[in-house]
Amino acid sequence: MAHTNQVSPVRRLLSVAAAAALVAGLALVFVLWQQLSVPALPALNSPQPVANSALVERGAYLALAGNCAGCHSARGGQPYAGGRAIPTPFGTVFASNLTPDAETGLGRWSAEAFWRAMHHGQSRDGRLLVPVFPYDSYTQVSRADSDALYAYLGSLPAVAQTNRPHALRWPYNTQFALATWRMLYFEPQAFAPDATQNAEWNRGAYLVRGLGHCAACHSARDALGGPAGDLAGGRLPEPAWLAPSLRAESEAGVQHWDIARTVELLQRGTTTGASVMGPMAEVVFESTQHLNTADLRAMALYLQALAPQSVQQPEFEPARGDQLALGEKVYEQNCVDCHGAQGQGATGAYPALAGNRAVTQAQSANPVLAVLAGGFAPATAGNPQPYGMPPYRTLLTDAEIAAVVTHLRQSWGNRASAVRPHDVQRLR
Amino acid sequence: MWLSATGAHAAEPSAHTVPNNLAQRMMACTLCHGSEGRATASGYFPRIAGKPAGYLYNQLTHFRDGRRQNPGMANLLDHLSDAYLRDIAEHFAAIDLPYPPPQTPRVSPEMHARAEALVRQGDPARKLPACVACHGERLTGMNPAVPGLLGMPRDYLIGQLGGWQTGLRHAHAPDCMGQVAKALSAEDVGALATWLSAQALPANTRPAPSSANPLPLRCGSAVP
Repeated sequence: MAHTNQVSPVRRLLSVAAAAALVAGLALVFVLWQQLSVPALPALNSPQPVANSALVERGAYLALAGNCAGCHSARGGQPYAGGRAIPTPFGTVFASNLTPDAETGLGRWSAEAFWRAMHHGQSRDGRLLVPVFPYDSYTQVSRADSDALYAYLGSLPAVAQTNRPHALRWPYNTQFALATWRMLYFEPQAFAPDATQNAEWNRGAYLVRGLGHCAACHSARDALGGPAGDLAGGRLPEPAWLAPSLRAESEAGVQHWDIARTVELLQRGTTTGASVMGPMAEVVFESTQHLNTADLRAMALYLQALAPQSVQQPEFEPARGDQLALGEKVYEQNCVDCHGAQGQGATGAYPALAGNRAVTQAQSANPVLAVLAGGFAPATAGNPQPYGMPPYRTLLTDAEIAAVVTHLRQSWGNRASAVRPHDVQRLR
Repeated sequence: MWLSATGAHAAEPSAHTVPNNLAQRMMACTLCHGSEGRATASGYFPRIAGKPAGYLYNQLTHFRDGRRQNPGMANLLDHLSDAYLRDIAEHFAAIDLPYPPPQTPRVSPEMHARAEALVRQGDPARKLPACVACHGERLTGMNPAVPGLLGMPRDYLIGQLGGWQTGLRHAHAPDCMGQVAKALSAEDVGALATWLSAQALPANTRPAPSSANPLPLRCGSAVP
């Protein structure tokens, strides 16, 4: 047998692959190391100077546009003092104290540090922030607006309330996991106006994409919490409302709506044939009802111009006769007085169910949750005494709720899939 | 989510109208609390009709702000303004309806004696004022913010006293009723709830007028 010193082609290939893997691994380590080596910014030694009142007022408005208080206030707690539990698929995150308390809030933060948190998602001490704080949206907020928000938060009464540590599962509770998430999904990005669009559209884009952080709910997330599908609908954790697609006509797209109708919905909470419920009622109550009409018009224009998306509708299958009969009976006993014998609703009071996109959207979670939890439309300047729907959670069985929602989805020209009692049970 | 009709349907259904008043708006409440706020004697839901408006308003904000724990109530109240909650409280306070007959649980003589003593005299040794000192001689409450105690399900009364004892229910500080409930024993709670739910209503079921004398305990809720 002839002896040779030559390396076999297989071994050569293996060593090349090993070298490539080593280079890729080193590059990965370098990128993660870069993500993790964030310098702390200096703490303020004295309280931040009092900003001029115009700047504070502007910041107050922007805080409403971003609904900062919505997450950063606990039920019954001091506004902006943090503590609200926000459930995620990776565990629970507790919102932080934004009041200017030196020990527990932002009292030692500079405007620079606040801007870095908004734009880069990094805390003053250099830690990476959990993207439940939607800095993938806020990265587009301008420095001037960030400074106004900073001035407003600095003007609030200081509340001494220590931040509660997040209760995230391993490995999501590590800085390494956050560095990986950022490497995959996040790049700091100033808002870039689109020169082919007018100023109003650009203002709308800035609000929807930036402070409004609509994508936080209305875009889906992949298994690692990265964005998946731009404003094409998402699912909220606990309770599992669906934030409908803002691009699909079959869900909550407004491409075919007048601007004025979208503005009215965001300002008043109800408009012709539509009213907000669930998490969107909170958004209108806490945030959009307080925005000026010019900003709402800009947002409506931007939403109207979103690229439409068609949602695949499954082939229609009528429910079984006994389920439909039960649904009709439950409807006659509980729903007909308000929503009408033909599901036509009552103008100014109760939404129509016939032709209602929230009833007929492909997934049935929202109409089931509406029946389980009930609720009022938000009280707003235009609708100070809203009508309400009772919660049926303790009054109807899973089979009855499944039947009545199936009845709604398959009556008066509605053609959507049937709901199983099991679907209701999962949402209780 | 938003509920929205596309109106793309061929046949135009006949118009359906509902009354434009608070009673219609309160259909969300009366399914559980009974027609026009008059709960039945069975079950857990308390009657809200005819309670002092200040008391009802306090409870609405307590649920919304987490001083009382009931996710169903909180969900209903989350997006309502203080002004609307006051309208709602006044609406139910103004409803004057007959009460259903009281529940007829078995009240042993010992239970009866224990309850009646606490209701009429209290227990000075434990710094417990008499129930009637705040809730009125007729136990139908006192304006503006002390509730009546009659015509309520026994289970509901036990639930509330227990809630105060375990810290699930709070009122505005100083929480006088929390202080009272924590001084009660389990036997006291059982006797009081049973006795109260078995009482017939007096002819005049309205809350007593606001008292000129100070209450025996300092109560944050008394000044809504």
